[in-house]
Amino acid sequence: MLEKALVGSKKYWAWVLFLGALAMSGVYYYLQQFNYGLGITGLSRDVSWGLYIGQFTFLVGVAASAVMLVIPHYLHDYKKFSKIVILGEFLAIAAVIMCILFIFVDMGQPMRITNVILHPTPNSVLFWDSMVLTGYLVLNLMIGWVTLSADRKGVPPPKWIKPFIYISVPWAVSIHTVTAFLYAGLPGRHFWLSAVMAARFLASAFAGGPALLILLALIVRKLTKFDPGKEQIQTLGVIVTYAMIANIFLLGLEFFTAFYSNIPGHMESFKYLYAGLDGHRELVPLMWVSSVFAAVSLIMLLIPKIRRNEVTLSLACIMLFISLWIDKGFGLVIGGFVPNMLNQVRTYWPTRQESIIALGVWAIGFLVLTFLYKIAVSVRERNIGIEIDH
Amino acid sequence: MSMDRRQFLKIAGISSLLGLGATAASATHNIWVKGINPPEVEPNPVTLKAEHWAMVVDMSKFKTEEDIQKSVSACHTTHNVPDFGNIKDEIKWIWKAKYENAFPDQENPYMEEKIKEMPFIVLCNHCENPPCVRVCPTKATFKRKQDGIVMMDMHRCIGCRFCMAACPYGARSFNFREPRPFIKNENKEYPTRTRGVVEKCTFCTERLAVGKLPACVEAAPKGGLIFGDLADKHSEVRKIVETRYTIRRKAELGTGPSVYYLIGGNEHA
Repeated sequence: MLEKALVGSKKYWAWVLFLGALAMSGVYYYLQQFNYGLGITGLSRDVSWGLYIGQFTFLVGVAASAVMLVIPHYLHDYKKFSKIVILGEFLAIAAVIMCILFIFVDMGQPMRITNVILHPTPNSVLFWDSMVLTGYLVLNLMIGWVTLSADRKGVPPPKWIKPFIYISVPWAVSIHTVTAFLYAGLPGRHFWLSAVMAARFLASAFAGGPALLILLALIVRKLTKFDPGKEQIQTLGVIVTYAMIANIFLLGLEFFTAFYSNIPGHMESFKYLYAGLDGHRELVPLMWVSSVFAAVSLIMLLIPKIRRNEVTLSLACIMLFISLWIDKGFGLVIGGFVPNMLNQVRTYWPTRQESIIALGVWAIGFLVLTFLYKIAVSVRERNIGIEIDH
Repeated sequence: MSMDRRQFLKIAGISSLLGLGATAASATHNIWVKGINPPEVEPNPVTLKAEHWAMVVDMSKFKTEEDIQKSVSACHTTHNVPDFGNIKDEIKWIWKAKYENAFPDQENPYMEEKIKEMPFIVLCNHCENPPCVRVCPTKATFKRKQDGIVMMDMHRCIGCRFCMAACPYGARSFNFREPRPFIKNENKEYPTRTRGVVEKCTFCTERLAVGKLPACVEAAPKGGLIFGDLADKHSEVRKIVETRYTIRRKAELGTGPSVYYLIGGNEHA
């Protein structure tokens, strides 16, 4: 099936070339970072994780969100999803690849990455995170490939794949739970030390991931002969709405605990992010953009008329995605480090090189996504009019 | 006798095969089954040993800014800690912090500026339950079994900086760039580090091994930094911790810091 990614229109190749160029500029700056060290980024001993780890965290959520298609389709027998569940699984593959790359570019000694396997350390959450992420990648590669191959031949997928599909459901939950545990178990980092962290991660993932999927489905429909389906997109819209409500509710819980308890350590990071602390307001505009976008997109999604119109739905999805990207891909990580462990405000802002490296990783991810979607869509285009029972 | 390349390789190949066979036959045990016996090493008789190394800091003994600086620079020069001259790349093992920063939850609104700004020496607390060790994915940072010192293996560290996120004392630094050009006078007795690894205070394990006290302790005014075995009932640190009022940084987090701060000092005792 791979050959299907190698044939395409001029437009397709222009897009691939564009992503390739972005990826190469990322590689170029990564080589600079490799030679100079992570000092090329805006990181310091006080804010020791930044844009890279933020992107990693956000993308784990995108990867986990494939389960929002798998559950309705395979557990609730919602047949309508049968032709788009592959879009979710392939998005998960691209997202996990980006996650792994973001971890890689964040490492001070990337050549020693195998130490994680050579010296396995079960008490480290990072060890488990690398295990579950790799497992999730393998699961999705396998499930996506086997089901799509069967579709291409016009036969139902083999029975042996079913157990793997069922395993992939709790597995998706596990990748984001374990990622939340990276943060939620650290003594002294009050902003992260929250029992609802994993729940919040999952809620934001199940809102942001399907929102991206809606946008991707609309693009697929516009550019190809394969139509993911009006009803399918609407169902995704409802899923996004519920998940976003849960996400905002959980964020509200964080605010309540911090400010009603009035414990300084618990309030300070929130203050830094949303109002400024000790005269430092670097992240305040961004966080308010995130909050306003979250509120507006949720209101739009809640009004059936707006949600059912695909133009306004996609607008809401764009806003929601940006909102969650700022909140989880940036604010969440930086907020945990400010103030630092000696109660000083030391700020962070990504450098140009760091941003281009991050962009390069996104470009590689979208390149993978483009190839995978091209394959999936080619198979679907051939099968138009044929219904295959899964 | 002249030998061409082909001949040489033949002989070399055969002799290495024979050599291998010979060692296998003569070996008294199979290394794959029993493992290699560690070489017998006589313990150094002068090595300072303890069950639980700990430190008591008595700031009242540090009369001037210079007294503090002496301990800090003794450590940093001994251990080849680079000086980049900026906060972003900064690496430090031991440093001076204001009271309000060393003990952030202890201040009160009526506290005089003088007390808030009082200097305290801070360093790695060599915790009994170190969060940094808990999170390290490669065991590059670990607690030494025999004496509780939290150590770093610079050759195993992958530079993920999880330990820096986990340490509640900000005791860890990362080599964001090549440190060697920024070491003023390199101490050839102690290794330098490479970029991309985390480092911190080691309670001077290399000095303890040869019977010396940590560099900061040696450079401090008499009684300023007291170092000893907390598990030993007769040690000075144990006696101070038992009988005097001491506090620890963020002890409420359950990390079990091994650095105690003596409050009141001599004057008020």
